[in-house]
Amino acid sequence: MNRRLLFLLPLLTLALMAGFFAWSLLAGRDPASIGSVLVGRPAPRLDVKPLRDGEPPLTDALLRTGKPAIVNFFASWCTPCLAEHPLFARLAAREGAVVIGIAWKNKPEEARAWLKRLGDPYRFAGADLEGRAGLDWGLSGVPETYLVDGQGIVRRHFRGPITERDVNETILPFLKGAK
Amino acid sequence: MIPELGHFSLILALAVALVQGTLPLLGAARGDDRLMALGRTAALTQAFLVVLAFAALTQAYVTSDFSVANVVANSHSAKPLLYKISGVWGNHEGSMLLWALILALFGAAVAIFGAGLPDTLRARVLAVQALIGVGFLAFLLFTSNPFERVSPAPLDGNGLNPLLQDPGLAFHPPLLYLGYVGFSVTYAFAIAALLEGRVDAAWARWVRPWTLAAWCFLTLGIALGSWWAYYILGWGGFWFWDPVENASLMPWLAGTALLHSAIVVEKRDALKSWTVLLAILAFSLSLLGTFLVRSGVLTSVHAFAQDPARGMFILGFLLLVTGGGLALYAWRAPQLQGGGLFQPVSREGALILNNLLLCTLAATVLLGTLYPLFLDLLTGNKVSVGPPFFNATFVPICAPLFAALCVGPYLGWKRAELWPALMHLRVAFIAAVIAAIVAATAIDGRATLAALAFGFGVWLILGSLIELAQRLVRTGFRLPPRAALGMTIAHAALGVVVLGAVGTGAWNSELMQTMKPGDRASFRGFEVTLERVENLQGPNYVAERATLRLSVGGKPYTTLQPERRLFTLQRRQVAETAIHTNLLRDLYATLGEGSAASGWVIRLYYNPLAPWIWLGAALCALGGFVSLSDRRLRIGAPSRTRPVVQAAE
Repeated sequence: MNRRLLFLLPLLTLALMAGFFAWSLLAGRDPASIGSVLVGRPAPRLDVKPLRDGEPPLTDALLRTGKPAIVNFFASWCTPCLAEHPLFARLAAREGAVVIGIAWKNKPEEARAWLKRLGDPYRFAGADLEGRAGLDWGLSGVPETYLVDGQGIVRRHFRGPITERDVNETILPFLKGAK
Repeated sequence: MIPELGHFSLILALAVALVQGTLPLLGAARGDDRLMALGRTAALTQAFLVVLAFAALTQAYVTSDFSVANVVANSHSAKPLLYKISGVWGNHEGSMLLWALILALFGAAVAIFGAGLPDTLRARVLAVQALIGVGFLAFLLFTSNPFERVSPAPLDGNGLNPLLQDPGLAFHPPLLYLGYVGFSVTYAFAIAALLEGRVDAAWARWVRPWTLAAWCFLTLGIALGSWWAYYILGWGGFWFWDPVENASLMPWLAGTALLHSAIVVEKRDALKSWTVLLAILAFSLSLLGTFLVRSGVLTSVHAFAQDPARGMFILGFLLLVTGGGLALYAWRAPQLQGGGLFQPVSREGALILNNLLLCTLAATVLLGTLYPLFLDLLTGNKVSVGPPFFNATFVPICAPLFAALCVGPYLGWKRAELWPALMHLRVAFIAAVIAAIVAATAIDGRATLAALAFGFGVWLILGSLIELAQRLVRTGFRLPPRAALGMTIAHAALGVVVLGAVGTGAWNSELMQTMKPGDRASFRGFEVTLERVENLQGPNYVAERATLRLSVGGKPYTTLQPERRLFTLQRRQVAETAIHTNLLRDLYATLGEGSAASGWVIRLYYNPLAPWIWLGAALCALGGFVSLSDRRLRIGAPSRTRPVVQAAE
C-alpha cells in the first residue's frame, strides 16, 4: 500500500501547485503593483552607519531639512539596482536632487567597489549590513525608493527599480513641487 | 481570402485531431487494424492543415495585410523582411500557432519514422499527440485566433516589440519550441507505455531519439536566448535567474535526467517507472513554463501577453495533461516490474546519482521560481528570489554532479570498482587541481569558489577526453559508436560552458565613464578613444552610434561601434552593444545616455572566456546530434524478445 502512495505523490504535488495557481489567478492580484503603508506618514527612523569612511552617520535630521530627499535602498548583488542606477546618476547630477543611498545587506567594501565602478550619485550613503533600517522602512527587497518631502513625510514608495517614466512623471514633478 | 483559408484549415485541423485522438486509441484497445492505421493518415493530414494555416498567417505578415488584427498589432510596413517573418511568432497568438505547427510536425514525424513501431504503440502515441494538439488548436480558435479581421483596416501597423527585433531572437522561439514540443513525443510514448502496461528495452530505444532531438533543440534555444540577453540587455551578464529563463531550464534539467535514465532502461531493464515519470515531467515542466510566462502570475523582464483568462485555460490544459498523465502513472506504474539488479557502485548507480542530482537541481529552480508566488498568497509578503538564492543552492549541487560525471563512464554495468576508475582519471584530477590553484593565486586570490569551479571545468574536459583517448587506444583507434562519441563531446562541452561562466562571472572587469568625442581612457591595457558619436537613420528607428578606437601601445587594435536605437513608433530605446571577440575574451561596449555638451556614458566590459558559454552550449547540442545519428537508433529497431503481456484494460 505504501508503494502505491509513493506513486500518487507526483499527482498530489501537482494538485497542491495547481491549487495555488488557480488561487493566484482568481485573486486578481497584480504581481507588479504593491501598496505601501508608509505613504502620507512621517518617514521611519533613520539611524545608519556611514558607507564611506570618515563621514558622519545618517540620521533623521537629513530628512527634515526643508528640502525633499530621495531615499534609495540598493545592493551591489542586485541586478535591477544596476538597471536603475544611471537614473539616480542623472537625478543627482542634472537635477541636483538629494539622493540618500543605503546599501542593504551588502558588505560595505563591496558596495563601495560597486559605486566606484558605476559612479556614486549619493549625497549621503549608509551601510545597513544587518538590514535593521530595512526592517524599519518596511523593505521587502532591493531596490526600493522613497520620496520624502522637506518635512520628513513619505510621499511616494517605489518597490522595484525606478524607470525613466517614473523619473519624468513622478520624481521630477515631486522635486519641483516640494521646493 | 487567404486569412480565411488559414482560419478554415485550422478548424479542419482541430476536427482531424479529434479523430486522430480517439479512433486509433479505440483501435488499439480492440485490436482493430483499420482504426489504428487511421492514426497515421490523420497525423499527416493534420500536419498539412496546420502548415497551411501557418503559411496563411505568414503570407499576411509578409504582405503587411493590415486587415488582420494580429498583423496590425505586431507588424509595420517599414519593418525588414526577416522581422516581418519573425513577427509571426513574436506575439501570443502567432507563437501559439507556431507551437501547434511544431506539435503537428512532430506527430507527422512519428507517423513517418515510426514505421518500425508495433501498431498498437504507434496508434497510441499518435493519439496522445493528437489529444495534446486538440488542446492547443482549441486554445487558438477559442481564445487566441490569429486570423481575426479588423474593419476598417488601418493604414499601418503598430510594429514589433523593438527588443524582439533582433536576429538572435528571431530564431530563439522556434528552437525553444522544438525543444518544448519535442518532449510531447516522449510524453506520448510514456502514456502509450502506461496504457500498454509495458516498458522495456525496445521502448527505451524508441523513445530515446525523440528525447535526444528535443533536448538538442532546447539546448540551442536556451543558449540563443542567453546570448541575446548578453548582448541586447547591455548588462554584460548572460543568465539572470529570471522566471522566464528558469521556465526553460527546468524541462532541460528533467530532459537531461531522462536521457540518462532511459539508457538504464535500454541496457539493463531497470528504473522503468522512474523513467516514465521523467518523460511525463519533462513535458509537464515545458507546459508549466508556458503557463508561468503567459498567465501573469509572476513578473518578469520578458513580459509576454499576460492575461488571466488565458492563464485559466492554460492551467486547465496543464491540469489535464499533467494530471491525467500522473493519475495514469499512479494507477499503472506500480505494476511495472524492474528487471536488472545492480550494486550501488556501478554504471546504473552512477546514472541514478546523476538523476537524483539533476532532479534536485530542477526542484531547486522550481522552488526558487514559485516561492515568491506562494509566500505572497499565504502571507501577503512580497519577495523576489534572485541570484543569491541560486548561487547558494544551485551551484553547490552542481559540484557532486560534475565530480561524478567523469567517473560514470568508467564504471561497468551491474557492479564495478571505484578505485580503478579513479586511477584512470588521475591525470585529469591533478590537472584540475593545478588549474584551480593557478586560478586561485594567479588571477584572483579571493574568489575561492570561482577557482574551484574553474578546476571542475578543466576536470570535465580532460576527464571526458581521456576516457575517449583510452577507448581509442584500447580498440586500436577504431572510432567508437556515435552514441559514445556524442556523450564525450557533450560532457566535455559542459566543461567548456563552466569555464566560460566562471571566466565571465568571476573575472570580468568593467569601466563606466562619461566621455566626450576626443576623450581617452585606459582599460585593461587598451587605450580607448571616443572618436565620434553620430546620428543614424535605420529602417524604423533612429540611432546614435559611438565610434570607440582601441589601441595597444599606440598601435590600433580594433574599433567598437555601440549604438543606442530609438524605435520611433514605440518610443522605446534599445541598446545595441558592440562586441569584439577573439574567442578567449569579449570586449563589450555599450553606449548610454548623453549629449554633445555633457558627454556620453560609455561602458566597457572585459569578459574573459565569455564566448565559451555559447560555444560550449552549441558543442553540447552537437554532441546530442552526433549521438542521434548513431546507426543503432536509425535502423536498429529491436524486436521485442518477450511476447506482450496483455495489460488489464
